[in-house]
Amino acid sequence: MPIVMDADRVSRSLMRIAHEIVERNRGVDQLALVGVRTRGVPIARRLASLLLTITGREVPNGALDITLYRDDLMRHAVGPQPIVRPTEIPFSIDDRHIILVDDVLFTGRTIRAALDALIDFGRPRTIQLVVLVDRGHRELPIKADYVGKNLPTALAETIRVRLSEVDEVDEVSIERAEGDQA
Amino acid sequence: MSETASRLRGKDLLGIADLDVSEINLILDTAEAMKEVASRSIKKVPTLRGKTVINLFFEPSTRTRTSFEIAEKRLSADTLNIAIAMSSVVKGETLIDTALNLEAIAPAIMVVRHASSGACHLLARTCRAGIVNAGDGTHEHPTQGLLDAFTIRERKGRIAGLKIAIVGDLLHSRVFRSNILLLTKLGADVWACGPPTLMPPGLDRLGVHATTRVDEAVDGADAIMMLRIQLERMQGGFFPSLREYFTVFGMTPERVRLAKPDAIIMHPGPMNRGVEIASEVADGPASVILDQVTNGVAVRMAVLYLLAGGGENEAAA
Repeated sequence: MPIVMDADRVSRSLMRIAHEIVERNRGVDQLALVGVRTRGVPIARRLASLLLTITGREVPNGALDITLYRDDLMRHAVGPQPIVRPTEIPFSIDDRHIILVDDVLFTGRTIRAALDALIDFGRPRTIQLVVLVDRGHRELPIKADYVGKNLPTALAETIRVRLSEVDEVDEVSIERAEGDQA
Repeated sequence: MSETASRLRGKDLLGIADLDVSEINLILDTAEAMKEVASRSIKKVPTLRGKTVINLFFEPSTRTRTSFEIAEKRLSADTLNIAIAMSSVVKGETLIDTALNLEAIAPAIMVVRHASSGACHLLARTCRAGIVNAGDGTHEHPTQGLLDAFTIRERKGRIAGLKIAIVGDLLHSRVFRSNILLLTKLGADVWACGPPTLMPPGLDRLGVHATTRVDEAVDGADAIMMLRIQLERMQGGFFPSLREYFTVFGMTPERVRLAKPDAIIMHPGPMNRGVEIASEVADGPASVILDQVTNGVAVRMAVLYLLAGGGENEAAA
């Protein structure tokens, strides 16, 4: 179970991304962060804190649950049914630049669902995407604007992101599916 | 922390009796997320897109049918309302034949209300589609029980340990039956009160305190749940007059003052004002009666999602 990002590396990646967000948007005016549940939410909160440190300005942040927008719910039973959690976006997203935040970018279907969900809340000026890890294997034409680490993987591998808010430790590891010898 | 299941075990929701505590918690937790959808400007999610839900109502209903229909539409299901008075049932078709014919349309879920207790169980055994009991005779009305529990939990933060008084026509109430099963499973201290002629036998076996004295039932209560006098189900004289019923069992502001200062007043509707509840109580600050209606949509969305949203009913859909 190789660790590909430790706590220090996670922290430095998020600091770099925060600076990139400020630079690209020329500040944080009309910016808001929306984390995709589960682990996108603490990453968005950390970025909000870093943006406050860098610019002295509070950036609103919210949490988005995309379960009701998943395109695989109707197709086949794939393990336990996803538990729906509330979406909490306590601000208008109209005309804002929304920074959508998730932990891992893989097929792109989660982000597609997140885009659908976000657009049901209003009409943002732009939506930009932050991911801590981009592991490839896209099935939809979706590309992240800010990436903590590009990590080419085999399909049989799993990327596990652990964050202290949820898992008591900050680290990213690669796990190989059991029985896979490749 | 309370136990929560990851899914419901069956394809149907026939009654609270079939649910364990973890499944009840799953429905209530999911309903919280669904309530957020109702607060949006666009109150619609694509979750059940392409699924058909049939509302099969053999008894008159406005609020339950409307509540289910809104829940279905908010989840993007295709809905079909069968008004039974206009259907082939009046030509002599049996319940099973009606259901099997409708099943040929391949619905994911059939929401069924029927005057006979057990009708939903019969359909559940016959149909591949999931059956949701929207009230069967005097047996159960599980989504009403769940929305009541959701409303209590929302207002009080918990259900375990609360004193909950249920007052009214207990004998004819499927809401009462679902509620005592649900609230006792969740650890509430349930008091049941009504005229002796409207109290079902064997209440003590269900783990509730039975009394014919309203003041005793509401004393120190956290929630007072009033039940409608179901005159349409009464074949004989169960009490001398509506006026006397209100005097002895009606919920008045004076009786409400016996409950805890922050007690909530509930009623599943439709209300008989001046019979089981005074207007000052129904419209007063402690009343959560309209919250129950709002929460009903969220709870029904949760039930539909959990039964039809996970792919388990693929064969039927």
